[in-house]
Parts: sequence; structure tokens; C-alpha cells
Amino acid sequence: MKARIYVTLKEGVLDPAGKAVVGGVHALGYSEVSEVRIGKFFEMELKDSSDGERIREMCGQLLANPVIEDFRIELGNS
Amino acid sequence: MRTVGVVTFPGSNCDADFRFAVDRTPGLRAVQLWHKDADLRGVDAVVLPGGFSYGDYLRCGAIARFSPVMAEVAKFAACGGPVLGVCNGFQILCEAGLLPGVLLRNRDLAFLCQDTYIVAEGRETPFTRGVKGILRVPIAHGEGNWFADDETFAGMQDRGQLLFRYVNAAGEQTPEACPNGARGNVAGVCNAEGNVVGLMPHPERVCDPVLGGTDGTALLASLAGVLQ
Repeated sequence: MKARIYVTLKEGVLDPAGKAVVGGVHALGYSEVSEVRIGKFFEMELKDSSDGERIREMCGQLLANPVIEDFRIELGNS
Repeated sequence: MRTVGVVTFPGSNCDADFRFAVDRTPGLRAVQLWHKDADLRGVDAVVLPGGFSYGDYLRCGAIARFSPVMAEVAKFAACGGPVLGVCNGFQILCEAGLLPGVLLRNRDLAFLCQDTYIVAEGRETPFTRGVKGILRVPIAHGEGNWFADDETFAGMQDRGQLLFRYVNAAGEQTPEACPNGARGNVAGVCNAEGNVVGLMPHPERVCDPVLGGTDGTALLASLAGVLQ
């Protein structure tokens, strides 16, 4: 079983690194990009039949800081 | 003589400096605590020093928060014990939920290593009693951009928890005086009870004239006075 976990910045939280990336892609000529928000992606191998609620709890405790970040979990077999 | 426990995490690099600063404060003696310690050896106050605990992996302070010693620090803080976190120690206290807010990447992304001017304001705490005037204290951090949402920020302001602010040499809170983009020029905060304090600047680095300044001694002198 696999979990794919996306941690993203909440709205309203500044992302200076994302801003720097906007500057970078503009310098390359990609002027269609208006905003970049950088997040984190985790891929986890789990024991089969793991409890989704426990994974959610784990994310809230360590993988994301609820003060500034949201997270989204995809559970699947591949 | 009162004792101050200075915690060493894997990756701490200001722990020896802090023990030095404590030991030269009249009335205080430093006790080295290890991140795996399950008791605080009866110390009267705790310091979480700066550094890069657990390599700053995931988020600064996020892993250190689960060290065995942190459970004891949380209990100590809940009983009103004075706790000070500096730089990475401040980040750990925020991650542990002992202080509000979070430390984000610096506004301009650069690691900043420079002198700053700060003032102590807000409510009285064991580390700021009698701390007056403008202090010149250096910073050294990549993630010191303190942030809290509107509601948290307003509540903290009302309760006097926005403890240290970056100012210019004349003592004015201007946007230019804030090196890292921290909300409201905040350099340090305390919890609602006032016994847990965190700040980004390093007072232990200005505790002797040979280090280029002595403004940092005010915080530990305040603690010594309170613990007496």
C-alpha cells in the first residue's frame, strides 16, 4: 500500500522561495507564470490495510505544521 | 546559586556558548542537559540554544520537538518554569506548540549573519524584567521570519506577548529595521503566561567585551534576579 502526501502552504502565508522561482522563470521568458507556491511531496510505503485515519493523524503531528500548512493524502496500491 | 539547564540536541552549536554566558552571570550555574534525558535534574530554568537540530530536516525544530527531553520541558513550562529558546531553540518552541506562530524562510532568502537592534516591550517575563533601552544583539539564521495569522497576532499584541521588536539604531520600528521580514518587526515572543520566551537574536554572543558587546547579559541578569 502506498500513501502520497502533499503538503502545501496555506493561503495568505508568504512564500519567498516561490517568489524567487517566479523571478527565475520570468528571466527564462515564461511570462505566463504569475505565481508559484512551493510545497512538499512525500511518498510512503505502508503495510497493507493501514488505517487512513492514523495516517491523517501522523501528517498533522509531524509532516505538516498546521499553523502555516495544509495537507492532502492519496492512498492507493501503486 | 540557581541552575540553568542548557539542552544539547544533535546539531546544536550554541550550547557551549550559552553555558559560558550562564556561568559568568552572578548567581547562575549552567547544567548540561542531553536531548535523551528523561529528567531535568532539578534545574531552575531551561535554555534551548541555537544550532541546526537534526539537520533542520523537514522544518527547523520539527524533529527536535519529539526528543525525550522536550516532554520534560513541556511539563516544566506548564508548571510555570522559565524556558528560553534562542534561534533554533525558538523554532523548536514554536514547533512544540509552547510558543505561538512559526519561523518562515527569511524574506530575501539569504542566511543573515549581522548585528541587529532590538527593544524589549510587552508584558513582564523572567527574561525581560528590567531590560531597558536598545540592545545590539547579532542574528544568524535562514528561517527567522516570524509569522502568525491575523487573529493570533492581534491577541498576542493585546496580551503583550510580542516581546522583542527589531528597531533601527535610533530605536524606531521601521520596515527597514526588520532584517528578515518578520511580522510586526517581531524578534521574539512569549506565551500567554510569560514564562516561555523565544527570540531569534543571540544574547549569548554578546556577553563579554571581548566578543564585541555586553548587551546580551541583560536577559540572564534578569533571570538571576527573578530566581533569587
